[in-house]
Amino acid sequence: MAKKNESLGKTLFVVIALCLVCAIIVSGAAVGLKPIQQKNAALDMQRNVLDAAGLLEPSTDVVAVFNERVETKLINLNTLEVVDQANGEDAANYDPIAAANKPEWSTQLEKANDTAGIGTRENVTKVYFINGEQGDLETLVLYIRGYGLWGTMYGLISLQPDLNTVRSVNFYEHSETPGLGGEIQNPKWVAQWQGKEIYGDNNAEVEFDVMKSPKQENHDVDALSGATLTSNGVDNLMAYWFSDKAYGPLLDKIRKGELNNG
Amino acid sequence: MASSAKEMKEVLFGPIFANNPIALQILGICSALAVTSKMENTVVMCIALTLVTAFSNLFISLIRNHIPSSVRIIVQMTIIASLVIVVDQVLRAYAYSIAKELSVFVGLIITNCIVMGRAEAFAMKSSPGLSFLDGIGNGLGYSVVLLFVGFIRELFGSGSLFGYQILSLASEGGWYQPIGLLILPPSAFFIIGGFIWILRTFRPEQVEPKE
Repeated sequence: MAKKNESLGKTLFVVIALCLVCAIIVSGAAVGLKPIQQKNAALDMQRNVLDAAGLLEPSTDVVAVFNERVETKLINLNTLEVVDQANGEDAANYDPIAAANKPEWSTQLEKANDTAGIGTRENVTKVYFINGEQGDLETLVLYIRGYGLWGTMYGLISLQPDLNTVRSVNFYEHSETPGLGGEIQNPKWVAQWQGKEIYGDNNAEVEFDVMKSPKQENHDVDALSGATLTSNGVDNLMAYWFSDKAYGPLLDKIRKGELNNG
Repeated sequence: MASSAKEMKEVLFGPIFANNPIALQILGICSALAVTSKMENTVVMCIALTLVTAFSNLFISLIRNHIPSSVRIIVQMTIIASLVIVVDQVLRAYAYSIAKELSVFVGLIITNCIVMGRAEAFAMKSSPGLSFLDGIGNGLGYSVVLLFVGFIRELFGSGSLFGYQILSLASEGGWYQPIGLLILPPSAFFIIGGFIWILRTFRPEQVEPKE
């Protein structure tokens, strides 16, 4: 028996048969569970958006509130036009972070401009318009991301109708050190962001900073102790995304009342 | 190979204290460091590892008489890896938020020495039923240590258990100043060391002889 097992034919047979069986099981599980996984991922993103907008309570029915209040739009950051589709997806399914990895849907950033350390920026971004009772804009939620200490921090930031004052922020995915840089998810630290103004006079320059002992009470957030590089990362990514290289022109246009009708 | 009830019991419960894979054999401590900062993650990891060990033992034992010894490690790895991928997919479908936190560590069950060790040392020589029990037993032995570490780390590192606040934190106006070290992975080394110390105080036969 032992000898027979060692023959070349038997070895090949066992290996090939095993691989076939395992491949069928693995692909079966992956394909069979994919719809549920995608639903989970979409639900998770909706929850992140509501959390960033300050609409998430433990009892919130995420899907119902999201469908009722949130309007998702795809906007081309280069032309500032609303588009119906990008990267082959409609507004509900489009993933700006996936698009940023595709050369035909993203722009390579010059080293000098790339303060957030992201390398490429998607051409089309996804903006969540959250409307109040009267149908006027109440909150605007935008994607932000940038390099921290260990990896890219992904977040959503919500702005009040003046598109200058922060309502809240939610770093939903990051790989910072738990207990130190990981405190960017701590509700107590996030609470500091509320009411901070990103821009100075005339919405021209980004005045928002994350710094040790804040200088300007209406613009600055206190840095996290023990997490200087994470705090710097957040500071840099805010400086990038709200500069005229990224969201600046878009916010100007929305402020004029364009893009948010309907 | 008829297995008596006594043998089955020994195979199932032996690895918990008498022959604990982590405390005595010091296997599989990589994930014990990584996933034990929260009880919730720890429990899911324990269940995942126990299932993978049990079923990989079962399947390897079923085909043990047909595995050519020249490729046996690869055959074992293929079975283990397939099981781990299935577990990962199931977690992503039914426990999305936990799967996100465990992320790479579920995948790393593939390289967990306990799974490989039991496959090679036990399942290759034993009947499927016994091998399955051995997998469950070793999974439980791993779980005991992980839960112990997770309990201490979450309670004293974050003042909570399963996410429920037990000790009121100083940063939120309470009295308890959490021990920051416990949130970081190296603290698990100290706790596992303490666990081994306690275990060997009660079971002096586990102490290695002086060289």
